[in-house]
Amino acid sequence: MEFFRISRDIPFMRHALAFNVISIVTFVLAVVFLAVRGLNLGVDFRGGTVIEVTYSHPVDFSRLRAALDTLKLSEYSAQSFGRSDTALIRLPLAEGTSSAALSERVMGVLKADDPSATQQRVEFVGPQVGRELYENGALALLLVSLGIMGYLAMRFEWRFAVAAIVANLHDVVIILGFFALFQWEFSLPVLAAVLAVLGYSVNESVVIADRIRENFRKMRKASVTHVIDNAITSTISRTMITHGSTLLMVLSILFFGGEALHYFALALTIGICFGIYSSVLVMAPLVMWMGVSREDLVKPERKGGGAGDKILP
Amino acid sequence: MNRYALWKYIVIAVALLIGALYTLPNFFPEVPAVQVSSAKAKIDNALLVTVEEALKAANVTFSGIALDATGIKVRLADPDTQLKAKDTLQAKLGDNYIVALNLLSSSPRWLSALGALPMYLGLDLRGGVHFLLQVDMKAAVDKAADRYATDLRSLLRKEKVLYSGISREGGSVVMRFKDNAERDKARLAIEKNYPDLQFREAEGAGGELRLIAGLKPEAQKRIQDGAVAQNIQILRNRVNELGVAEPIIQQQGAERVVVQLPGVQDTARAKDILGRTASLEIRMVNDDPGALDAALAGNVPIGSDLFTERGGTPLLVRRQVVLTGDRINDAQPGFDQRSNEPAVHINLDGTGANLFKEITRENVGKRMAIVLVEKGKAEVITAPVIREEIGGGRVQISGRMTTREANDVALLMRAGALAAPMEIVEERTVGPSLGAENIDKGFKSVTYGFIVLVIFMCLYYQLMGVISAISLSVNLLLLVAILSMLQATLTLPGIAAIALTLGMAIDANVLINERIREELRWGATPHAALQTGYERAWGTILDSNITTLIAGVALFLFGSGPVRGFAVVHCLGIMTSMFSAVFVSRGMVALIYGHRKKLDRISIGQVWKPGAGRPAAPTKA
Repeated sequence: MEFFRISRDIPFMRHALAFNVISIVTFVLAVVFLAVRGLNLGVDFRGGTVIEVTYSHPVDFSRLRAALDTLKLSEYSAQSFGRSDTALIRLPLAEGTSSAALSERVMGVLKADDPSATQQRVEFVGPQVGRELYENGALALLLVSLGIMGYLAMRFEWRFAVAAIVANLHDVVIILGFFALFQWEFSLPVLAAVLAVLGYSVNESVVIADRIRENFRKMRKASVTHVIDNAITSTISRTMITHGSTLLMVLSILFFGGEALHYFALALTIGICFGIYSSVLVMAPLVMWMGVSREDLVKPERKGGGAGDKILP
Repeated sequence: MNRYALWKYIVIAVALLIGALYTLPNFFPEVPAVQVSSAKAKIDNALLVTVEEALKAANVTFSGIALDATGIKVRLADPDTQLKAKDTLQAKLGDNYIVALNLLSSSPRWLSALGALPMYLGLDLRGGVHFLLQVDMKAAVDKAADRYATDLRSLLRKEKVLYSGISREGGSVVMRFKDNAERDKARLAIEKNYPDLQFREAEGAGGELRLIAGLKPEAQKRIQDGAVAQNIQILRNRVNELGVAEPIIQQQGAERVVVQLPGVQDTARAKDILGRTASLEIRMVNDDPGALDAALAGNVPIGSDLFTERGGTPLLVRRQVVLTGDRINDAQPGFDQRSNEPAVHINLDGTGANLFKEITRENVGKRMAIVLVEKGKAEVITAPVIREEIGGGRVQISGRMTTREANDVALLMRAGALAAPMEIVEERTVGPSLGAENIDKGFKSVTYGFIVLVIFMCLYYQLMGVISAISLSVNLLLLVAILSMLQATLTLPGIAAIALTLGMAIDANVLINERIREELRWGATPHAALQTGYERAWGTILDSNITTLIAGVALFLFGSGPVRGFAVVHCLGIMTSMFSAVFVSRGMVALIYGHRKKLDRISIGQVWKPGAGRPAAPTKA
């Protein structure tokens, strides 16, 4: 069995401009959604209380809301969560009142209203902790980007480093754009997924960059476009199969992992799909536009220990 | 040519053996157990016998009983017997012991002796409560300043310095003077006695001279550290009461405390107990002749309560509270300076000092009782005789005490109040059934994904696919083994990370297999194809894993709670995948193909070759 039977190099670079336009459009759209709608930050980052309650029967939301209204909360939301017998109640941070006691009061009225109400989960995050989690998240994102960029710059040539990081941040922005567009909840696990995607899809760029460098040494007379086209074509089979395998596991989490991992898996799914696209069709054209040449990569033999030698350890 | 050195096989074999050994405990189900521990009494073999006999007397059958560092653990057949055993033991042993429900792994003892334990499940998987408490540091410093105000007042009096006023303002003590000479005198005296203070001079309204004493930064830090440590101690005492088998109480950062109570379902009660302030009361003892006898006969005089002192002596105490515990700033064990007997030194705040002075003046020769009221139950900690009028807020209780008793009394007096108030800034509670559901779902998503992946690899790459699948299983085995070995906390995102890592780990195998196919496509001999396939792929595998590792490490550094669990698994998984994909799979290839001198084909699935004429091969110059 062999899925990819490609007899000649696919001229990816001929359409480089088109791909770049598509990328820029999606990117700009993502930025617009982020700016206009913003991320629907979860309780981890914004602070507040989330209570998951199960009943022995499907939730009667009008009764549940009526019960909650007796508490005179300024603002709350209640919706079903995964199953019909489960309700998720979100309460924003309330000034003055002891937030830790809030969940007890809520459970009190719900139990009084319907004794089958069982508290499954409570998450309360105070304003300061939420802010810290937010700052740490942003810091982690920055650190990962810098770390990867530094590593690529050391390992490859600067053009590859810049192209790879642009390609992968483009993925991150698009994932965030999806979360903004659909107002999916952005929580700590989603952030973890975004960072994992960042580390993961750099793989792809590394593989292609590696192959481009190797090709520059082997295909001495070929043009830059030809070299890049060949590199992408000869790695496309591997690209599709690895990403397919990872996607398989991620989809398994999405379908069987339950509500708690839903958005985490969703972020990974989007990230992996766009990861394929961006490393192949964003990074490579960028490298080309930046004017990579054989001389940049293939160091003269006499110097020894140049970047090119690392292909064969 | 694709032979593999013997030592490499040995390394693989040892890794597999260790991996299997440490993964093994995870397959044994957990059995209900009861755990007996105590903060006050000793846990020893004598207690073991008592426990055994008590259970036998109550006809509770148990499958195992053992004594270890944390207490006595009794394994039981089912949850009903577990409850019965708990009730039996609690009734038999009394309040000095904590009898908690627990779950223990049923893995054989020789495994536990090797340190092979099942993975440590996080609260989102086993259910329980996580609290993050913030200690109010400003209050701790204010309290210290209060204490200093009392001390400085008595010092100035003793040194006969003329001052017109002294008060606490925020975290510092402000003293007012009429002339400069007195101020200098005061400063000199304080500097000599209190090296922790630093000074600032200022002029108030109407030419009034001020001396402002504040804590030096290092002293401030010491006080804050002390406050956190004391609060942790108090939390520990309170958590013990909840009967939690494996509570975690530890400091996080400079001013926060994490409390994790696995298996606690009644969060309201947990919060109540953690947030409770036991109150300390000072009352006078009713020493009226005959009153105690009357009370013991069941005729308690009006306005008095019959309490028992620690140690069991009955004591009649008047109902009027003369001083409450929140007037006590600190209580420390120590020694009487004159007699060198063990003593407890108590430090009262300004108001407390004045009240105490009055009480002691009026009641010389009488006894006062220090009563700890907790959960509505009162206990007399000690009932010393007042020997003289005590001013200045520094009180010493001594006589008839051993060093240990002095320690206990001081601890109990401090336990009355937290060193500084605390507030819950984060709470995460997961019910036990949700935890079990999370394990189930996590397990399912790993299993189903893994099965499909293995089937695909075997079909697509045939024998090489089988090798890849086996090395992926080895990866899973090693990952679980390392997680068990490190006792790293496994959370739901951690399980997701296992799935994700497996999906990513296959990348290395795909990379190798594709490279081999490619080499075959361009006409390399099977042996050469295997050789170059592995060699060339290695550099790429290393590169791509390092970038993933960078992301993992950053997540670990900045993540918290469940996300940190994700990062740990992710990073470990990358390491094990490099070992299994390169080392183990290569070993298998060498085992299968290495000894054949002439190799006609490799079972790697169909290698499609493009038609002649249109080569996509790199045109070698």
